[in-house]
Amino acid sequence: MHADVIVIGAGIVGAACANALAQAGRSVLVLDARIGGATGAGMGHLVVMDDNPAELALSSHSTAHWRALAPRMSEDCAYSACGTLWIAANEEEMDEAERKQQRLRAHGIESRLLDGVALARAEPALRNGLAGALEVPGDGILYAPNAARWLLAQGGDSVRVEHERVDAIEEDGTLQLADGSRRTASQIVLANGIEATALCPELPIRPKKGHLLITDRYPGTVHHQLVELGYVTSAHHSDGDSVAFNVQPRPTGQLLIGSSRQFDTTDSAVEAPMLARMLQRTLEYLPGLADLTAVRSWTGMRAATPDGLPLLGKHPWREKLWLAVGHEGLGVTTAPGSAYLLAALMNGTEPEFDAAPYAPRSLAAEKCA
Amino acid sequence: MSGQTSLHIDGRLVRVKAGTSVAAALRVADSMGVARTSISGQPRAPFCGMGVCQECRVRVDGRRMLACQTVCAEGMQVETTA
Repeated sequence: MHADVIVIGAGIVGAACANALAQAGRSVLVLDARIGGATGAGMGHLVVMDDNPAELALSSHSTAHWRALAPRMSEDCAYSACGTLWIAANEEEMDEAERKQQRLRAHGIESRLLDGVALARAEPALRNGLAGALEVPGDGILYAPNAARWLLAQGGDSVRVEHERVDAIEEDGTLQLADGSRRTASQIVLANGIEATALCPELPIRPKKGHLLITDRYPGTVHHQLVELGYVTSAHHSDGDSVAFNVQPRPTGQLLIGSSRQFDTTDSAVEAPMLARMLQRTLEYLPGLADLTAVRSWTGMRAATPDGLPLLGKHPWREKLWLAVGHEGLGVTTAPGSAYLLAALMNGTEPEFDAAPYAPRSLAAEKCA
Repeated sequence: MSGQTSLHIDGRLVRVKAGTSVAAALRVADSMGVARTSISGQPRAPFCGMGVCQECRVRVDGRRMLACQTVCAEGMQVETTA
């Protein structure tokens, strides 16, 4: 029954943390309430993001880690090395594609600029007249719920999973479970995404709702994950609703279509006006999509922090508690890097990249206030 | 609602009562009523009968349709393997 570490949450981040800690020789107990969260609701895009150096460091470390794991992963993880095409609708966005390429190149990440003709050849389903794209071939996709299970299974006997809800974290780090029992370990990792604020109300995490829709199988329609370059501007508004063109070719031939962002709602219902806005945006890039059949749409909640970076590190005042939360829409991508960083910090070793930008922030101030 | 409608299911001529759904016609053509095959190769048949479960997707005259929400029409070509 003894565990060195307890991880709360068996989503992609919790599973990656359990895996990394087991590899470091720890025995790990994972507690999961089976509520389901962003891991099951998202797209499973493994993408290098470069809004700031910290995001670039974490996402590039992570995508490299996923690529290294991919040959070993079980088939049902549905890993596909499809790459990303960042679509430039006009010359201004093409300039942005070039700046993006420079940022990626400075970080040693391969990418390739496509002009309008090359883009049309690469993705004939896109509308005519687009300016071009930046292709990032190292990006990929996977099916995150199965990848999370696979990561847990890789821990072998060192990782044990119990399905029980944690009701409270006491002052001394003891966990109170819903069945009335208690669990304790010398280190606790909070990795339960949007549910984290129920246990730690002081965390600066807000839900950011997203809609997704998936079509029937149309193999060969789209070859890369397609994202509009305008995504960066629309995705990072801290307030207000937004949509962006983002389509992913699943290995089944289905097309997974995003994306939308809404703050200040926890209602998981699919909202027809928001879905319509999102699909309208998609049709501006993929007009032929209007003739395809959708089979399902759903929503999910991203756990958003004010600055868009996850909280990775020791909780400033809660005893034994470590945080791996607030990954917003990038948790599947950054799970391996987050887990690597957190395990290094928990073991007192020096990580390969600077942990400071992700250190739990704006909590200490609230405690003093 | 008198009379019959003739359609093709995977190239096989099937005659049903006018007004019959394609989902029902699948049962006439094949006792299992298989509509499609899953990615893992399992046969799938109409389940909910009301357009929710999406298990009865077939190609009707070249377009993906739900068999349970489609009424058979004269000369219709239904494909379950496409």
